[in-house]
Amino acid sequence: MTTTPIRGLGHPVKRKEDPRFIRGKGTYVDDIKLPGMLYLDIVRSPYAHARIKRIDPSKALAMPGVVDVITGAELEKAGLAWMPTLMSDRQMVLPTERVVYYAQEVAAVVATDRYTAADAVLAVEVEYEPLTPVLDPFKALEPGAPLVRPDREQKTNHIWHWEAGDKEKTDRIFQEAEVVVSQDLYIPRIHVCSIETCGCVVNYDRATDKLTIWMTSQAPHAHRTVFSLVSGIPEHKIRIISPDIGGGFGGKVPVYPGYVIATYAALKLGKPIKWIEDRSENLQADSFARDYHIHAELAATRDGKIRAMRVHTVADHGAFDAAANPSKFPAGLFSVCTGSYDMEAAHVAVDGVYTNKPPGGVAYRCSFRVTEAVHTIERMVDVLADELGMDPAEIRFKNFIRPEQFPYKSPTGWEYDSGNYPATLQKALDAIGYQELRREQAERRARGELMGIGISTFTEIVGAGPSHTFDILGIKMFDSAEIRVHPTGSAIVRIGVQTQGQGHETTFAQIVAEELGLPVENILVEHGDTDTAPYGLGTYASRSTPVAGAATAVAARKIREKARLIAAHLLEVSPDDLEWHDYAFRVKGSPDRFKTMQEIAFAAYTNFPQGLEGGLEAVCYYDPPNMTFPFGAYVCVVDIDRGTGLVKVREFLAVDDCGTIINPMIVEGQIHGGLTMGMAPALLEEIVYDDNGTILTGTFMDYLLPTAVETPHWKTDKTVTPSPHHPLGAKGVGESPTIGAPPAIVNAVVDALSHLGVRHIDIPITPAKLYQLLAEKGVAE
Amino acid sequence: MIPAPFSYRRAASIEEAIALLQQYGGDAKILSGGQSLIPMMKFRLAEPAVIVDINGVPGLDTIEEHNGLLAIGGLVRETTLERSPLIRQQYPIIADTAEVIADPLVRNLATVGGNLAHGDPANDHPATMLALRAEVVARGPSGERVIPIDEFFVDTFTTALAPDEILTEIRVPAPPPHCGGAYMKFERKVGDYAVAAAAAFLALDEAGKIARAGIGLTNVYHKPLRAEAAERALLGQAPSDELFRAAAELAAQAADPTSDLRGPAEYKRAVARTMTLRALQKALSRARAA
Repeated sequence: MTTTPIRGLGHPVKRKEDPRFIRGKGTYVDDIKLPGMLYLDIVRSPYAHARIKRIDPSKALAMPGVVDVITGAELEKAGLAWMPTLMSDRQMVLPTERVVYYAQEVAAVVATDRYTAADAVLAVEVEYEPLTPVLDPFKALEPGAPLVRPDREQKTNHIWHWEAGDKEKTDRIFQEAEVVVSQDLYIPRIHVCSIETCGCVVNYDRATDKLTIWMTSQAPHAHRTVFSLVSGIPEHKIRIISPDIGGGFGGKVPVYPGYVIATYAALKLGKPIKWIEDRSENLQADSFARDYHIHAELAATRDGKIRAMRVHTVADHGAFDAAANPSKFPAGLFSVCTGSYDMEAAHVAVDGVYTNKPPGGVAYRCSFRVTEAVHTIERMVDVLADELGMDPAEIRFKNFIRPEQFPYKSPTGWEYDSGNYPATLQKALDAIGYQELRREQAERRARGELMGIGISTFTEIVGAGPSHTFDILGIKMFDSAEIRVHPTGSAIVRIGVQTQGQGHETTFAQIVAEELGLPVENILVEHGDTDTAPYGLGTYASRSTPVAGAATAVAARKIREKARLIAAHLLEVSPDDLEWHDYAFRVKGSPDRFKTMQEIAFAAYTNFPQGLEGGLEAVCYYDPPNMTFPFGAYVCVVDIDRGTGLVKVREFLAVDDCGTIINPMIVEGQIHGGLTMGMAPALLEEIVYDDNGTILTGTFMDYLLPTAVETPHWKTDKTVTPSPHHPLGAKGVGESPTIGAPPAIVNAVVDALSHLGVRHIDIPITPAKLYQLLAEKGVAE
Repeated sequence: MIPAPFSYRRAASIEEAIALLQQYGGDAKILSGGQSLIPMMKFRLAEPAVIVDINGVPGLDTIEEHNGLLAIGGLVRETTLERSPLIRQQYPIIADTAEVIADPLVRNLATVGGNLAHGDPANDHPATMLALRAEVVARGPSGERVIPIDEFFVDTFTTALAPDEILTEIRVPAPPPHCGGAYMKFERKVGDYAVAAAAAFLALDEAGKIARAGIGLTNVYHKPLRAEAAERALLGQAPSDELFRAAAELAAQAADPTSDLRGPAEYKRAVARTMTLRALQKALSRARAA
């Protein structure tokens, strides 16, 4: 046996990518420098809605070092003034007539250095005729509202209507129900704020006719296809390289105008072009997330059994529908909003609306609108509990889908793969001492102190997705892995997904280590280069482990089947006489006669049986049979400062169940990061516009990204309920905490005030907002 | 995020710095810690043609006690203040203040002189220096003058400093017996300016009554605000919760905040009241322990 440990599934292997990151040796797009490179910077609109009367670049062009100024009129001649979005809408690259949101790209400057480019941006003269902006999506739907998109055939700001579930049955249950509760919830517009902003370096080599784009992309293959379709350049002449990515969180799935302008400039000028957004541009103009106006209702029996759910949502999509949902799901997977609860029927309707705001609706660390879905159901269950005077834990136990009901068909059509919700909640309640906390709360209330306990028992849906249902622009949402074992027993794995901090280079190596019995340090994982990696749809929506992780396991198992034939040849037995056990092929009944993968790999190149091809490699394009459904039970304890309205998260326990865990250390890190990203919109973050549509939170001064100081001490625990259909039983975890945390926090704050008649508070629960509520209830200090 | 073009001059002496200021007049800005100036330049909210860097000027980075005064050099970094045993033991209100300014990276460079000379009512030291009745020493072409803190802050971003004057020192009266001070800041997140903050300084007489009271407020007025009515209400009184609440209410009434993303004006006034109360309570406990 090899003496080097394998360290496959379940080992807290330190991340392979960290040595380069902690030494400052990562390579991000802005680290790419090419000889003769020019710098692109963008003129942006100071209006949310205006007609462009004139663009005069002459002063900018006269500045030393300025090479070119590119406008929409020029792009229009090249057929590039508009580009398709991933949602089959179209989006301006540069405007020819009007701007439709604040900070929209208006023109681009190319200069010999970054500083000249920035100065030249201010020298481009643009004359605007301001138009009335449409900012409120409800007003946008009123007759006579100004049109955000007169370029469309449909002369309305309504984009689409989408629904799921059984309307008739749901309405019938609501009519006859003993108890109905309803609540409006607004989930505000927020931003992913990856620490690395977006950007690209584009190089067009005239000699080889090849276009190479280094780009901050979560989905390099899909982006290459889009670039090919838009430009007409054949796909093999385009190479997209996603180098190290400093955070994606969904914000690096869309194609931004800057990428297209930079590519146009590189082709036009024959020089490499670098475009890197600054922080304000990223925050002001790149795709937002959320912005759902939700009206939700639950029908229930008087003893607290939920019978049906009815939801109508108005979705503010900004000026272009540039979300990155699967094609058939304009509202993403929002219909999973029945959550962890068994009910007879549900009906969900969503209307998408254009407004004069930046486009998007990206899946910010959430599998396509699941954050919105979970917030809705987890709040509504508490609203119902309040109506009925029930304990929030009790009402959850009463309504959970029971373990024996899996696979469970939800009333909106999803088939939940596996779960054990009561066990997970019970574990959380026992660990945090729920009954003791309730006693403490009663004592504190008697003293006039405000303390609350909030529960969130969410179900996530990830791993898009099965090809019969899921595609983006027609491309099925499979994912891929390609494994090649070298003669001396090390291996290279190439995957179609793209890490942005998730630790793919480590976890995918662990999968191969486990399946092939090779030490994890001998396995190199590569991704992000479309010339070498197999085609895949990329990393977002927690799909890497469920889809590409499965592909990797299946590819490794294909290798193992070939290895069995070689081992049989080496041991001079029939392949059927071998079993894979303890990381080696062993002769049944004589476990001391065995061949390790290292020995087999060498033989695959030196001594393989007649009739078998040499080498040891395999490819898998994995089409998942179903989504996976991670879940968890979170409990949050808050104290409220009556003198300032500050919510202090005293304790937060997250019990997650993501099925089989590949690397517990990485999972814990993902949960810590995700909880922080869930706490942020609950208490701090919101994109705010003034009445003119000008962003008021366009810098980190006012867009309140949490730091370590604002972050509570997270406690984590787990239960393990493997997915029955995933080769490893894994479900994906990156997004569970982001979707599960906000309602736990809100439920805790509302719980602290429930005795005062408070039943709901919209996020973010800022101190100012909460203090006003305390003052209204007469408990402010 | 890229500033407009500017030229950079590094002064080796205070005389040279003053000469440069005279030479360039209104086009020049002094670079001390740069933690307000540089972000303003990057946003192109400030576009000075010339930066006069005074970081090479010797003798402005000391903290000393002499002649019944604490003298803090204009170039003393916030981190130095925060960690100085003298400040921590004798002037904890100043350590309180330094500690809550921005974040550690900013405090490594930011200076107490810059914090005052910027004239920003959102900055933290002004309230504390108002509460402590500090004095500001300015050097100009005609020499040195001492400006009482009450006369120093004129308006938002405007101080009593002439365009060719440099703030070289802050003088704080040495602590009387049985005194204590505290600075309480409420911010949306670390690194933010205060929603409201209060500095309170109390000295007790032998009978335990309040012999001296100073209250300064941050970010609730168009300039740093001294809450004089609140101070008067405290003088000669025996400290009590009721007295402090009344004083905090007077301080809140003196505030005239503007509504913005930190909250509506009424909320900021309420936070000013809460912070004043808490600063007074902490100041008292320090005074009694002293």
